[in-house]
Amino acid sequence: MESIIEPVAALFGPAWPLVWSLLKIIGIIAPLFLCVAYLTLAERKVIGYMQVRIGPNRVGPRGLLQPIADGVKLLLKEVIVPSGANKGLFILGPVLALGPALAAWAVVPFSEGWVIGNVDAGLLFLLAVTSIEVYGVIIAAWASNSKYAFLGGMRAAAQMVSYEIAMGFALVCVLMISSSLNLSEIVAGQGRGQWAEWGFGFLSWNWLPLFPMFIVYLISGIAETNRAPFDVVEGESEIVAGHMVEYSGMAFALFFLGEYANMILISALTSILFLGGWLSPVGFLPDSFLWLVAKTSFILFLFLWFRATFPRFRYDHIMRLGWKVFIPLTLFWVVVVAVWVMSPFSIWK
Amino acid sequence: MDFQTVVFYFFSTVLVLSALRVITARNPVHAALFLVLTFFTAGGIWMLLRAEFLAIALVMVYVGAVMVLFLFVVMMLDINLDRIREGFWSYLPVGAVIGLLMVVEMAIVLGGKYFGLEGMPAPADPGEGYSNTKELGRLLYTEYVYPFELASIVLLVAMIAAIALTLRKRNNVKVVDPAAQVAVKRDDRVRIVSMRAEKD
Repeated sequence: MESIIEPVAALFGPAWPLVWSLLKIIGIIAPLFLCVAYLTLAERKVIGYMQVRIGPNRVGPRGLLQPIADGVKLLLKEVIVPSGANKGLFILGPVLALGPALAAWAVVPFSEGWVIGNVDAGLLFLLAVTSIEVYGVIIAAWASNSKYAFLGGMRAAAQMVSYEIAMGFALVCVLMISSSLNLSEIVAGQGRGQWAEWGFGFLSWNWLPLFPMFIVYLISGIAETNRAPFDVVEGESEIVAGHMVEYSGMAFALFFLGEYANMILISALTSILFLGGWLSPVGFLPDSFLWLVAKTSFILFLFLWFRATFPRFRYDHIMRLGWKVFIPLTLFWVVVVAVWVMSPFSIWK
Repeated sequence: MDFQTVVFYFFSTVLVLSALRVITARNPVHAALFLVLTFFTAGGIWMLLRAEFLAIALVMVYVGAVMVLFLFVVMMLDINLDRIREGFWSYLPVGAVIGLLMVVEMAIVLGGKYFGLEGMPAPADPGEGYSNTKELGRLLYTEYVYPFELASIVLLVAMIAAIALTLRKRNNVKVVDPAAQVAVKRDDRVRIVSMRAEKD
């Protein structure tokens, strides 16, 4: 590896760090987009089978080329800007919806040392980036100059701000027991302990001692990405498609990409923070990047499963769940975990 | 000029220009969005100073929460620009005096001998492994724990006061208790009666 990189590095001279970072970014973004494309197919297939249908099976063998066909179709369609719209912001909206979803991957570790930015404040960076995701939706909603879009935007703003708080408190519990904000160290911390020494690694991961927080994080993650059953932001039956109603072609596709990239991000984060990241569940198998892929895929499957199972929440019920159930629960658990960590019964010493 | 200086001037230019646009933009929503950009670039400059906790907290609190709610309100207002511009000339003298006062105050603070560049030398490079978050946390919870707790109590009081001032109890709302809804049994709602078939 070194012998290949060095002559190339010499070729670029002082610009090499920039080129190298760019290459690493492409190395993450390109597979991510491929995953997004096939996640859309997986979603249609999984929900299809759950509803005793076959799902898309016309394009390519077993429908495997369907996402490519969808992508080409969206690329070739015209992007229509409504005459009453605020043009600059109308274009900016979808860009801001996708941007943060990609930026967050900068600090996500895929395996020991496989990370673009191994920064100490990784968890804080993630919180900040996920908190600016809502701007894409709000800006698009306002710029469209449409009542449906605007209602969707208002719902999105309220919903995302509410669930972010519960998510933040769940993360506070995680960082208290790992006493680090670095994601790689949070994963490494989950591999230590009595159970891991006995070869039952999966019992020493954070999901067990922090079980309520794991559930809260997962559900808030679904609400944060505006997925069913918390998809009142789109709410086809009431406000058509919410903030996306005026968008067509590639501008619409950007929202779509952002939503799915966010789903993958939340799943990967849940795996890293609560399910031990790339750590192997049992002692006799090696730790590997593939474990992270397996855990992330499982959480993604849960996302699809929930969509096929639950009816949409009513809007006031979403707000009640966020503010009156999750936030008091997480606040209480922050105190419980804080006392637990400092007490003689602490298992994280 | 090294890389950091280039980044600093880039951020500063964006910061000053977007701050100017906040007060000159005609559309209040645009002004609010430029304020978001201002906060974001200010966070970038703090990041350059290796104050990553403050930078990220600025983005998280102001950009991620405060400005979202701010935009929420601004977008719903029906603002008539002409009405706002009407009083411009009559308010100008008052505004100019206040503006001048602020410039003078800032000049005194920044030009005084206690706040000049000589009075505040650049901090020594803390070296590798320095964590701004950890240092801030340590200081806040040891040396400055009483002022910190006092500030949080002031904030809590302000929060409760804001809620108490705006809370209105309305008697005619038809709200259902979700817990009661979930706990409902079939027997509460449906009564099955056996009756003889009616035939004629």
